[in-house]
Amino acid sequence: MKYDVAIIGAGVSGAAIARKLSQYNLKTVLLEKEADVSFGTSKANSGIIHGGFHTSMKYLKSRLEIQGNLMFDALQRELGFPFRRCGVIVAAFREEELKHIQNLYRQGVDNGVIGIEICSRERILDIEPKLNPDVIGGLHAPNGGIIEPYRFVFSLVESARKNGVDLIVNFKVDSAERTGAKWKISSDDGQSIEAEYVINAAGLYADRVSDIFKAENFKIIPRKGEEYLLDRMSPAYPNKVIFPVPHGKTKGTLVIPTVEGTMMVGPTADEIDDKEDLTTSREHLDRIFDFSRRMVPSISERDIITSFAGLRPALASGDFYIEVSEKAENFIQVAGIQSPGLTASPAIGEYVKNLLKKLDCLLVEKKDWDPHIDKVPRMRNLSHFESEKIVEENPQFGNIICRCEKVSEGEIVEAIRRGHTTLDGVKFFTRTGMGRCQGGFCTYKTIKIIMRETGLSYEQVTKRGKNSEILMERL
Amino acid sequence: MKEYLFDCAVIGGGAAGMAAALEVEKAGFKTAIIEREECLGGILLQCIHNGFGLHEFKEELTGPEYAERFADKIDESEVKVFLDSTVMEMDEPADYPGQHELYCYSSVYGVFVIRARTVILAMGCRERNRGNIGIPGTRPSGIMTAGLAQRLVNIDGYVPGKDIVIIGSGDIGLIMARRMTWAGCRVHAVIEIQPYPSGITRNIVQCLEDFEIPLYLSHVVSEIRGKDRIESILVTPNKDGYPDEENSFELKCDTLLLSVGLVPENELSRKAGIDLNPQINGPYVDSHLMTNKDGVFACGNVLHVHDLVDYVSAESRSAGSNAVKFLQSALTGKQYSIKSGANVRYIVPQKFNFSDDNRFYLRSMIVKNEAVVEIKADGRTIKTIKHSHVQPSEMISIKLKRADLEKISDLPDPRLEISII
Repeated sequence: MKYDVAIIGAGVSGAAIARKLSQYNLKTVLLEKEADVSFGTSKANSGIIHGGFHTSMKYLKSRLEIQGNLMFDALQRELGFPFRRCGVIVAAFREEELKHIQNLYRQGVDNGVIGIEICSRERILDIEPKLNPDVIGGLHAPNGGIIEPYRFVFSLVESARKNGVDLIVNFKVDSAERTGAKWKISSDDGQSIEAEYVINAAGLYADRVSDIFKAENFKIIPRKGEEYLLDRMSPAYPNKVIFPVPHGKTKGTLVIPTVEGTMMVGPTADEIDDKEDLTTSREHLDRIFDFSRRMVPSISERDIITSFAGLRPALASGDFYIEVSEKAENFIQVAGIQSPGLTASPAIGEYVKNLLKKLDCLLVEKKDWDPHIDKVPRMRNLSHFESEKIVEENPQFGNIICRCEKVSEGEIVEAIRRGHTTLDGVKFFTRTGMGRCQGGFCTYKTIKIIMRETGLSYEQVTKRGKNSEILMERL
Repeated sequence: MKEYLFDCAVIGGGAAGMAAALEVEKAGFKTAIIEREECLGGILLQCIHNGFGLHEFKEELTGPEYAERFADKIDESEVKVFLDSTVMEMDEPADYPGQHELYCYSSVYGVFVIRARTVILAMGCRERNRGNIGIPGTRPSGIMTAGLAQRLVNIDGYVPGKDIVIIGSGDIGLIMARRMTWAGCRVHAVIEIQPYPSGITRNIVQCLEDFEIPLYLSHVVSEIRGKDRIESILVTPNKDGYPDEENSFELKCDTLLLSVGLVPENELSRKAGIDLNPQINGPYVDSHLMTNKDGVFACGNVLHVHDLVDYVSAESRSAGSNAVKFLQSALTGKQYSIKSGANVRYIVPQKFNFSDDNRFYLRSMIVKNEAVVEIKADGRTIKTIKHSHVQPSEMISIKLKRADLEKISDLPDPRLEISII
């Protein structure tokens, strides 16, 4: 297939770029090495829309964070992903931390953060009563929020596809050659496509992809973060995202209310060598819980539903690297997209579009571009009377498959029809199996629905593609 | 919205729900069962091994046979069964005082409401999973609860893997060790954190020893390895309460089954404002098995986890007959407290009364031969019962007759204490 633009990597950056480009008369393809989109770094994201005060505007990442933050309300209206501006706070527990709070506040004001305020002890306990009463003050940024990161990526890709972008999953870029005015890109299993422009949004593997295209030489340093998900019945569920006062490179271990009502504690931050190392460890569990309990004492290990780890694709500079390559022709680098990449992603889409323009890519807006996608009813969010109408129209929505998260068969079928055909894909789209029983009751039902809807046989149904099959033999 | 009116609504159509519903219907009250699956029977249906019914029917049945006996009776009765229907919310409507309202979702009946003066909670329990015990490592496929594997093998006919390790020597884990062996798999080990097995002795012998499956007591799985599919686990001995990392060893496997305990499933109850006892994760109930909400009863594994279905049936009949008395406004008898004494992990119910015979279920904290269960009130011994062997995994059922209680009828506010010595 011949394309104008190929985007490598369907994480949040690639997805946001794809959706932006779907506005123009371009033939665009999104290439993803995994079985579904958002299966890499974006899957294990903390799901925070940052407040724009953590770093100075001299960094590109900070400028894009501030711009990106402002774009989420409109995006939510168009795409319907779960998102709430709950606000974020930074809690100080020691006198010397108050100085940091002052600095963050000034930085926030300089960055143009609306509504940012320094809080007294009383004020911060008032807006976040779950905080340890030993808190002495802090910072509040009401513009920060929470989001379901994979649902955001899914909706961006769905919107892009609706407007003509092609998605190819299980396409691991293996080689590239420049023939005439085109790049010929081949996968490790012999597929190939051609494109005039290439955007490298390959996340953890952006350095490898850059090598394949003989572009700049840089190194992505995976920085691992472990997180723990707690039951929605946890008494510790806060109003706000709670940050500690940052020390060193990262924003620290946070207490996060998820937009769907569960909560998370984490992440850790450890630089590692292995880009596939998604292990969690007992030491980190203990450390995370000790630390987060100092901020919110009612956090309990008893409420753990599951744990996971993600890898931030960091560069040594600590900043994003979004530039037109000076070595490879018509090649744009979108690398080092660590935190606040999710917040910045809509702005990254704009930024990359402008870089394409610089490369003389002809950008003509489509007349029939449709920013909206169809919303799938979520039974757990509806009143009984709203549900009644939906079930009358389609009885599958009355069949509750996941009892913990109240997900119906109808929602699962919609996920599958949108291309999410692995167990994890269905889980991230619908929340099936994401609750306290972790799929103990719904896994077999979901597998059967996937088989029925896709025609896959039992051994072809996987957790997340490749060799992650669930059933091995028929009795 | 469609509304149905009943005297009693039973949530769950497993062993507990069926026994309770039959009891209420027998007394002539209009009764409904709401069951989320497509047929009655609950988890019994996947328990195709035998050993059920020794108390209830004085014969050895398989799980489906046991369920069928009750399901047949339900068929013959006037109990209205709503299959494929999930109760999403339980409420006390302000405009119908003394009634309870259940919002149900179904692909067959649509969204509907059941109103009833009494509700019997019989939703059973769920399995604890990897997250609950926090096993470190990667997150590949091939890790599932033993109950899910049992369902896949026994009902759907799929084998999840060939080289199996089982964590936890609970009964489901032991039974699955045997079942997977019969399905042509290699079961390499059962790993148990405690120094003693958590399942009943019969299962240790019949499911492990007969098949020469090694049981590692005082061992934990300290790491899961493998990217897409699980490839191996790291097993670490527990020495004096600490991991003995030097003596860790690796076991290759493509499947890891977890049998690490059961939790009563009370999210619906909790949302409806029913007080839960953290010791058992089930509702606080009085001697009539009634929760803090008038007219709402609980029985079976939603109340506390049982190891014999026969006890579930007996307890549920009792809940049913108390619901009948409630409907007849005949549920009387002042409630008095019971306390767990020495070596008793919990007692259900935690109240007794003088007007009925009282049945208690308790669990020991210790493993002991020639143990004695002692029931006292304010220092006075009421009854002692000898047990040749007690262990935490075997629930103890004791009955205190009305006559036994006469010994303390002079006490103004007696408080029972049950101990194991």
